Amino acid sequence: MSLKRLFEQVKAEDRAALIGYLPAGFPTVAESKDLLAAMVDGGCDLIEVGVPYSDPVMDGPTIQVAADTALRNGFRLRQTFDVVESVTGHGGRAVVMTYWNPVHHYGVDAFARDLAAAGGDGLITPDLVPDEAEEWLAVSETHGLDRIFLVAPSSSEERIDRTVKAASGFVYATAVMGVTGARDQVGAGAAELVRRTKAHTTLPVGVGIGVRSGEQAAEVAAFADAVIVGSAFVTAAEGGPGAVRALAEELAGGVRQKSGRATVAP
Amino acid sequence: MSEAGPVTKQRNPHDPDERGHFGPYGGRFMPEALIGALDELSAEYDKARLDPAFTEEFTRLLRDYANRPSLLTEAPRFAEHAGGARIFLKREDLNHTGSHKINNVLGQALLTKRMGKKRVIAETGAGQHGVATATACALMELDCTIYMGEVDTERQALNVARMKLLGAEVIPVKTGSRTLKDAINEALRDWVTNVADTHYLLGTAAGAHPFPVMVRNFHTVIGEEARRQILEQTGRLPDAVAACVGGGSNAIGIFHGFIDDPDVRLVGFEPGGHGIASGEHGATLSEGTPGVLHGARSYLLQDDDGQTIEAYSISAGLDYPGVGPEHAWLKDTGRAEYRSVTDDEAMDAFQLLSRTEGVIPAIESAHALAGALVLGRELGPDGLIVVNLSGRGDKDMDTAAKHFGYVEES
Ligand SMILES: Cc1ncc(COP(=O)(O)O)c(C=O)c1O
Repeated sequence: MSLKRLFEQVKAEDRAALIGYLPAGFPTVAESKDLLAAMVDGGCDLIEVGVPYSDPVMDGPTIQVAADTALRNGFRLRQTFDVVESVTGHGGRAVVMTYWNPVHHYGVDAFARDLAAAGGDGLITPDLVPDEAEEWLAVSETHGLDRIFLVAPSSSEERIDRTVKAASGFVYATAVMGVTGARDQVGAGAAELVRRTKAHTTLPVGVGIGVRSGEQAAEVAAFADAVIVGSAFVTAAEGGPGAVRALAEELAGGVRQKSGRATVAP
Repeated sequence: MSEAGPVTKQRNPHDPDERGHFGPYGGRFMPEALIGALDELSAEYDKARLDPAFTEEFTRLLRDYANRPSLLTEAPRFAEHAGGARIFLKREDLNHTGSHKINNVLGQALLTKRMGKKRVIAETGAGQHGVATATACALMELDCTIYMGEVDTERQALNVARMKLLGAEVIPVKTGSRTLKDAINEALRDWVTNVADTHYLLGTAAGAHPFPVMVRNFHTVIGEEARRQILEQTGRLPDAVAACVGGGSNAIGIFHGFIDDPDVRLVGFEPGGHGIASGEHGATLSEGTPGVLHGARSYLLQDDDGQTIEAYSISAGLDYPGVGPEHAWLKDTGRAEYRSVTDDEAMDAFQLLSRTEGVIPAIESAHALAGALVLGRELGPDGLIVVNLSGRGDKDMDTAAKHFGYVEES
C-alpha cells in the first residue's frame, strides 16, 4: 500500500512525516483545492481531507467553525472526492478524515470505491473504533485502502493492541485528552502514548492535536513517525494559500530537525 | 414498593448483546478516548445491578426521596373527549423535581459515587433532566455542570433558575441549532477532556452502550408500577400504553412493564411540530432513516449527505433529531408503533387536561395525551389506555401563555 511506501521513504530520510489537515469545501470547494495545493507545495507529505459534518463532537471551535462555513457555502459530500482528486492530481497524497455517519449514509462500499477512484489512500475515522468496523474492515481490503484508527492516552494496553491489529497505514495517537485545537504546549503524555503504542506494532505512529509551530513539530518529530497538524492550518487559511504554504514550510522544517526535547512540561 | 425489578436481574431477554446492539441498532460509535470510560461504566453497572446493597439504596431513594410509587390516576372527564375509552395517567409529574427524569438520575448518581468520580456533567432540553441532575448532585455532594442550548435556556428560563439555585453551573450552548442536540455535542466535548474525574449523566435512553440499556432499566420501575396498578384498579391489562418520545426514556420505561404482554399495544408519540409536511418536526422514527448520531446507530433525521437535520418542536424536551436505539428495534420488529402529534394538537391536549382534570402536564407529556385522545376514538368505549404523564407543566407556563394569548407579547 502506498502509505507504507511513503513512511519507508520518510524513514530513509531520517525524519518524521508531516501530515496536514483542512476540511474539504472550506471556505468553498474551489478555494479549498488551492489551500490544499499550497499544503502540498509547502512540504506536507500527506493531506488529511476533512469531511465537514454537522455534529463534530471531537472538534474544538476552530474546526467546528470551518466545517460550518463549508456547509453553509453549500458543500456536498460527493465533492470530497473532487477535492481528493485535486490533491493527488497536484502530486500529493490524501486520506479522508470523517465522522462515520456520512460514510454510513453514502454506503461504506460506495464511499471506499469512490475514494479509491479519486486516488485516496485511506480513511481516518475519529468516531469509528474497530469494534464497530466490521464492514469497513472488509471493504477497505477490497478497495486497497488504509484504515487509520485512533489511540488515546486513556486507551488500555488491550485496546491499543486491538486497535493497531485492525489498523493499516499508520496509527493516529491523540496526544491530549480533549477536542482538536492548537495549544501552546504539546501534551506531555504524547511521547508516552507513542511508546505504549509502538510496543504493540511496527506500524508508524503519528501524533495529532495541538501542534502549531515548527518548534513543536520538531519536539514531536523526536518521538513520533508523523506530526499531524489541523487547527493551525485552519487558522492560517484565513491568510490564503500563501499563509498556508508558509506554515507548511515552517512545519516541514520542524519535522526535519528533531529537537530532542521530547517531553515538555505539562 | 417491594422490588426494583430488572435492576437486580443480570440479564433480561430484552437486553442488547454484550456490545450493546439491539438488532442492527445501538453499539458504540464513539471516539477511542471515551471507550475506556464506557467500559468502566459498563463494568460498574454490571456489578451494581447484581449488588443487593445498590438495589436497596436505589429503591430507598426512589421511595423516600423521589416519592415512588407514583400514582395511577383515572382521568374520566378528559376521557370524555376520547370516544369514551377509559384513560389512566401514570403520574410521573408527582415525582420529586416534577418528571420521570429523577429515576435515571438517582441511579446514575449512585454509580458516579461508586466509581469515585467527583464531577457530573449533563445535557438538558426542557431543563427537567438538568434540574433532576442538579438535585441529585446537591444531595450526593457532586460538582454539577449542565449544558443547555441557548434557545432552551430562553424558553425554559424557570428551570435555569432552579438549576442555579441547586448549585449547578449552567452553560448555554450557542452552536448549531442551540437546542438539545448541540447541548449533547458540547457535553461530549467536555467529557472527552475531563473523563478521568467526570461522569456524563446522560438523560435519555440513547447514546453509546451502556446508556440505552442502563437508562431503560432505571426507568422500568414506571412500567412495573403501572402494570400492577392498572390490574388493581381495573382487573385487566390496558389495550394500549401511550408515551411521548424525545430520546425515548419515559417511553421505554413504561413500555417495558408491558413488553411481554403481546395484547398490549405500545404506542410512542413523536413531536410533529408544525406538521410533517412542513418539514419542521422531530418525528425521528416516523420520518427518519437509520444512521449514527451521539454514539449509537438508530433512526435519525438526516439529509442526503448524512448531515443531521435540525429538529423542531414547541416542546424543548422532544426537540431532538435522534432517538434511542431500542425504539428503532421495537419499530422494526413491530412490537411498538410510533406516530406524531403536532404542536397545536399537543397544546390543545395540554389545555384540555388542565381544564378537565386540574392537572397541568408538561408539553412533552401533552403529546402522549393528544395521542391517547386519538387512540381512544379508535378503540371505542371499551378501550383502556394508560398514558405516561412524564412530567408537570409549571416550566411551560411561559410557552403556554404565549400560545394561548394569556399575556401580551412584548
Ligand atoms: C417531562 C418530560 N417528558 C419527556 C421528555 C422527553 O425525554 P424522553 O423521551 O427521554 O422521555 C422530557 C425531556 O426533557 C421531559 O422533560
